[in-house]
Amino acid sequence: MTTLTGVSLTATAQTILSGKKRRVRRRRLVIASLIALMTAIFCVSLMCGHTFYTPEEVWRVVLGENIPGASFTVGTLRLPRAALALLVGLSFGFAGVAFQTMLRNPLASPDIIGISSGATAAAVFAIVALSLGATAVSIFAVAAGLGVALLVYLLSYKNGAASARLILIGIGIASMLNSVTSYLLTQASEWDLQEVMRWMTGSLNGTVWKTVLPVLGSQLVFVPLLLSQSKNLSMTQLGDDTAAALGVRVNRTRLIVTLASVGLIAFAAAASGPIAFVAFLSGPIAARIVGAGGSLFLPSALMGALLVLTADFSGQFLLGVRYPVGVITGILGAPYLVWLIVRTNRRGGFL
Amino acid sequence: MTVEHTLTAQNLTLGYNKRAVVNELDLDILPGKITAIVGANACGKSTLLRALSRLLMPLSGRVVLDGKDVHRMPAKQLARILGLLPQSPIAPEGITVSDLVGRGRHPHQRLFSRWSAEDAAAVAAALDMTATGDLADRAVDELSGGQRQRVWIAMALAQRTDLLLLDEPTTFLDVSHQVEILDLLVELNQTRGTTIIMVLHDLNLAARYCDQLVAIAAGGIYAAGDPAAVLTEQSIKSVFGLDSQVIVDPVSGKPLMLPIGRRRVIVREPEKR
Repeated sequence: MTTLTGVSLTATAQTILSGKKRRVRRRRLVIASLIALMTAIFCVSLMCGHTFYTPEEVWRVVLGENIPGASFTVGTLRLPRAALALLVGLSFGFAGVAFQTMLRNPLASPDIIGISSGATAAAVFAIVALSLGATAVSIFAVAAGLGVALLVYLLSYKNGAASARLILIGIGIASMLNSVTSYLLTQASEWDLQEVMRWMTGSLNGTVWKTVLPVLGSQLVFVPLLLSQSKNLSMTQLGDDTAAALGVRVNRTRLIVTLASVGLIAFAAAASGPIAFVAFLSGPIAARIVGAGGSLFLPSALMGALLVLTADFSGQFLLGVRYPVGVITGILGAPYLVWLIVRTNRRGGFL
Repeated sequence: MTVEHTLTAQNLTLGYNKRAVVNELDLDILPGKITAIVGANACGKSTLLRALSRLLMPLSGRVVLDGKDVHRMPAKQLARILGLLPQSPIAPEGITVSDLVGRGRHPHQRLFSRWSAEDAAAVAAALDMTATGDLADRAVDELSGGQRQRVWIAMALAQRTDLLLLDEPTTFLDVSHQVEILDLLVELNQTRGTTIIMVLHDLNLAARYCDQLVAIAAGGIYAAGDPAAVLTEQSIKSVFGLDSQVIVDPVSGKPLMLPIGRRRVIVREPEKR
């Protein structure tokens, strides 16, 4: 028997602690690897493109030196773009897994239950029918995303929001909003289409620092809020009654998590468009790598950033033709969705 | 022995959507004893248990723990005194036994605090007591029904509460596992002085294992007290609408109820004794 801070531990306690340590080690390893991969792709996307710049040149541009050619290509084009890819990836990853965990269903991600569709439909409406400017369109889209989240919640509320009903209502509202978007497209003029496409599939083309900052700002507010509920949220996985009996204020936890996730998703979608399937994919992939147990927030957010960075880089340079990032993530996402549904039906599993 | 807590229901009316299920009910829980709540389906016994553990806000009346309304106590503070194991808790897919039992430590942990040696010791003790220590690293999904129920009880034990409420802890278990779970609860009551309140379906097991038997009928208490006084042919007729014969259980000395249905009986009328 060994002692740890005065409490003597039995054989069972030793087993528990060693099991716990093993899982914490694995988790740390996964998180460290994700950060390393993410950093590597971030750096590659700053260096590579139509012109290659050495790491040294890139570093000097980042430090603010003026290098002819590099300063424009890296400083003005590539850096804000890569930064936005990373940030929206984090936001989608956080928000997606928050919804999926809260509603105990991998289908419950914001891009499936209509929140992204709401933002898209509102943005397309603002562009086509109201001819609003970029900032006004973004504000309109954020408001619509919040509005749809609220609507879905209220419609599904009956003795507490039930997850299956919420998802079905969300999917219904999403398809309704998608047909609104399709109708508006038929009315759109040629020069609006480029902008509209960004809102439909998600794209990082033409990113400037001005679009990056609101996303960063939203994260400074909502990410700490979300993380503060991480333990409570993982307790609600045991069922509402069990969680409440263990001292979790279930409704308050739900409210904070919903607010923070919708905030993150709406601001990210306003900057890049609703990049298809990132919110939906990040959590389940992260869950498979990390294993059950600890919180999925951080692994899922990192996975989201990795997905967007990789998809954007491959969409630009690897395939010969330039595709918007959302097309690439969509191509990856759809088969995964089918596989997930097949698997869920078979095993009745979570995430 | 731990500190004894008093739990009472005062003039409690409970229901869903304004429709009352339990009407103006008063109940004193015996501190340091085992209370079993029995009654027909949909009589409000689970509803009562949910209200006692503050999962359900009463339409009127209150539940008082040590002189304080449970609905006014901070959630975590209450969860350190009173624990509840609901009827159908959900185990997240892939979670290991020790992780699940560790969730029981939640009310003792702070927002970002790490796992302490005390947590590990409490979880280990809970696993040992429920004889699930050798399952610690197994996934809960892979366990049998009996093992899983013991794991859930271990989670409630890791919470280290002085009062423990259980909603039908023996449902879906075969008879040997039912007895095993109930024996475990008696041991818990005797070694730690934990006050136990449980809803049970099996009247005979309830009568054998409890100190106080509460029979619920039509949203109120029909009778409460010593099992020998509560479990009578008359009360079974009133509460369940069933003819029966109650004899002394030769094994435990407690009352044993034998139902008299319409078929397969050789004694029609309850014997007059």
